[in-house]
This record gives sequence, C-alpha cells and structure tokens, in this order.
Amino acid sequence: MPPRFLALVPLVLLLCAGIGRAGDPRKSGFDFMSPSTQAMQRDDTQNPAMLWVGGGAALWQRKAGRSNQSCASCHGDATASMRGVAARFPAFDPHTNAAIGLGQRINQCRVRHQQAEPLAPESEELLSVESYVAVQSRGMPQAPPPDPRLTPALARGGRLFAQRIGQLNLSCAQCHDANWGRRLGGSTIPQGHALAYPVYRLEWQGMGSLQRRLRNCMSGVRAQVPRWNAQELVDLEVYLATRAKGMTLEAPGVRP
Amino acid sequence: MTAIDKLDRSRRKALAGLGALLLVPVGPACATPEKMAAAIDAFTGAATPRRGGITLEVASLVDNGNTVPITVRVDSPMTAIDHVAAIAVFNERNPETGVAVFTLGARAGKAEVSTRIRMATSQKLVAVARMSDGSFRIHSADVVVALAACIEGEA
Amino acid sequence: MARALVHMQATARRGEVIGIRALIGHPMETGYRPGADGKVLERDIIRRFTCRYNGEIVFSAELHQAIAANPYIAFYTVAVESGSLEFKWEGDRGFVQAETMPITVTG
Repeated sequence: MPPRFLALVPLVLLLCAGIGRAGDPRKSGFDFMSPSTQAMQRDDTQNPAMLWVGGGAALWQRKAGRSNQSCASCHGDATASMRGVAARFPAFDPHTNAAIGLGQRINQCRVRHQQAEPLAPESEELLSVESYVAVQSRGMPQAPPPDPRLTPALARGGRLFAQRIGQLNLSCAQCHDANWGRRLGGSTIPQGHALAYPVYRLEWQGMGSLQRRLRNCMSGVRAQVPRWNAQELVDLEVYLATRAKGMTLEAPGVRP
Repeated sequence: MTAIDKLDRSRRKALAGLGALLLVPVGPACATPEKMAAAIDAFTGAATPRRGGITLEVASLVDNGNTVPITVRVDSPMTAIDHVAAIAVFNERNPETGVAVFTLGARAGKAEVSTRIRMATSQKLVAVARMSDGSFRIHSADVVVALAACIEGEA
Repeated sequence: MARALVHMQATARRGEVIGIRALIGHPMETGYRPGADGKVLERDIIRRFTCRYNGEIVFSAELHQAIAANPYIAFYTVAVESGSLEFKWEGDRGFVQAETMPITVTG
C-alpha cells in the first residue's frame, strides 16, 4: 500500500467516526450553495429534479420486456419496497462478482428479470427510475453495506481519490479534502460527498448521475475519462459512500 | 526619421488596426445597454417609468448563470380599476435583450411572478410593470455571474 | 410528451388568492449553442404559456431564450368559482402541451 494512501486512512476513519455526532466536520454540498439554490432543492414544488421523479414513478408502472412485467409487478409500492435501498448502494453483486451502483442494479433487474433491454447510461429513463428509487431514501443516513467483499473496491477507490491525475495533475483529495470551502474560479469547493445523486445540476440544466459528475471532474483536470460503469468509477462510488457514511441523503438534489 | 522609426510607426499602425478588428464582436449580436433602453422604450411607448412600487428580487451573486431565480413584485390592490396589466423583464448583455413578458390583470389577485432565467455574464436586469392606468414602474438589479470553475467537455 | 408538474391547492374559499407553480421539462435550446459537430443547434424554446380558468385567460407569459431550461413559472390567481384550470405551453417545432387541474371553490 503506497505510503500516501496510508496517511489518509486515519482521515477516513476520523470521517467515518463522525456519524451522527454534533460537530461532525463533514458538510454536504448543500451548505455551500446560495439560499436561492438551497430553496430550489428544499421545495418539491420548485425542484426541477421532481420532473424526473415523476417520470420514474410512471416508468415504475410500465410493463417492459419479454416478461411483460413492470417494476411494480415484483416490487409493488416503491415507497415501501425501495425505502432505504439507495442508501445501501453501491453494493456487492454476486452475479458479476463486483461492486455495482444503483443504476447498474436497476439495469440488472431489467435484463435478468424483465428480459428487457438495459436503459442507456444517463438516459432520461434510467435517471428517472434512479431518481424515483433514490428519493425513497431521502432523509436517511448513507449506509454503505459492511460487506467485506467490498473492501478491495473501497481500497482502490481510496487510492484513486488521493492520486494526482490529468494534465492539471490534481487529485480529488487536493480539492475536496484539503481545500474545501476555498474558491476555484467563482465557485466554492465543496467536500464532495455524493449525497444528492442523481442531481439536477444547474451547469447541465438537466439531471445526471454521480458517474457523470466524476467524469466531468476528470475531464476538468484534463485526465482521460473512463467509460460509463468502468471499475474506477464504481470504486470511487464505493469509497465516496463510505466517506459519507452516516450523512443524510438528499437525493434528488440540486447543485450549481 | 530613421528607418527604425518608420518601422515602428507602421508596426504601431498595424497593431492599432488589429486592435480595432479585435473590438468587432465575433458571434451573435449581443444586447447592449443601448438596446435594452430601446426595448424598454418600446414597451413603455417612450413614457417615463417611475421608480418605486416594484421590486425585482434576484441574488447579487449567483451560483450559476444557467439558472437564476428571479421574482418581480408590484404593489397593487389588483382591482378591476387599479391593477398590473403586464410585467416585462429585460437584460443588457445576453444575446437577446428580452427575457419575458407576463400578462396579468385583476384576476391575478397578486402582482407577483417568479421564474428562472439565464444570464450570460454579470449584468443589469430590469423589470418594468405596465399599470392599468397606463403608467409604468421600473426597478433594476445588478447581478454578478461567475463561470463554473471547471469547464467540462461533455463526456 | 414532456413531463409537467403543476402545484396548486385543490380547494379554496371564494375570493382567495391562490399561488400556482408550473414546471415543465423542456431544453429551451437557445439557437446560439454549437452542437458536438460544431454546427449551431436550432432554436427550440417554449414561447408562450397561458393559464385559462374555466376557459378565460387569467395569466399568460411570452418567453424568450433567456428563460432557463425546464421552465418554472410561479404566479397567482383569484379563486372565483369551481371548475378547472388549464395550463398550456406552446413553442417551436409545433410544441403544444396542456395540463388541467380541478378547483373547488367554497363560500
């Protein structure tokens, strides 16, 4: 294990230990937004992400694939069956023997149980279903599963978080651990806790997944951008979920 | 005049010419403060709008210029004989100077409209209300817009 | 059909001023943005929004490119009688969408 990563282990443990304690040094990106953007997220009648939640609720009922089953056919009322699910992702998938995110899990259901085509990454349909599932965990604490099979992904994700990448030669940690709260251009750097995904990003004027945000950050530092659902991206998702363990989920959120 | 002076002079002329070229805007014609003034005049029929009795509420420093919440409020009893007929919003530096025109009337009950707009850069926003008696009210706000820190290629 | 969300109270007292929030999914493509191939994307925006209360227009808006994507408009109207409110968005490329909300007015 590279010495640089070892130095981060106490930080990660310290962050994990901050569960539910007053004086938790961890802050959501929500705290760094202006009052009007915060109001946009807080109010469901104003939050543009609710358009996707509504779309997801409709898709939940739509029969698909050779099975001619809808999500509701097996899972019934999502407000009950999906409660707490998004909080437990990424999870370890025994079928592929790898960590997977929520979007991938939804597509697994489509392919294996509905015998339908998977939904394209970042497609309106996938983001809609993901938003609808994610909102059922809103207000609950991020609860990464204590699954030892996730440990290799967690370790890889932690190393990648600390690794300098790209022509700008920056690591995630340099901005989001060491310089959060400071300004990069006109923007305040948040701590980078992925609590609000899928998120309506004002910069995109649309909805996007955590992977989209990670890929954008990587292209922002002029690094090579991994393909959708690449192992590096899922590893980072696993690490971020542990880094934010215990913090309150806000999905679907609004971010600048 | 030495040869070097002559060279210097002609180089300076060339640079001045180039400088003039650079001042010519490339791309779509933009709104300007003059164009915005003209658009406001067109809305008011060149009548002079008075200040007061109208507020344009917008953050002075926005998170992102792509989506800027604004609210316009006009003081009015909103009765059949005394109400706000329309509210127009203008900007001075986007490609287009007009943002929106809202048509109200006594049935609106309350002269307050909120929406979300785009702002290409830091600039002045102006709201003008046309009252049922033909008078106009105006309020402006200066907004600072910073670009997002990381310019991302759409991956 | 674009997703649309309209929020308003379903019942009101006669004469009560009620708030309405209308949100619709639409890219509001300005006509100034270049696409991936470098060519400018054609303008595609919602240009008009109307609210009809039992058939009578009580509020309308003329929108330009400066209205942000997924347009949000919040406004007020007086609850005069029971019936329905029809919200209509119209725009480029023949875009038309209407949503209807019922209202029960008491008193």
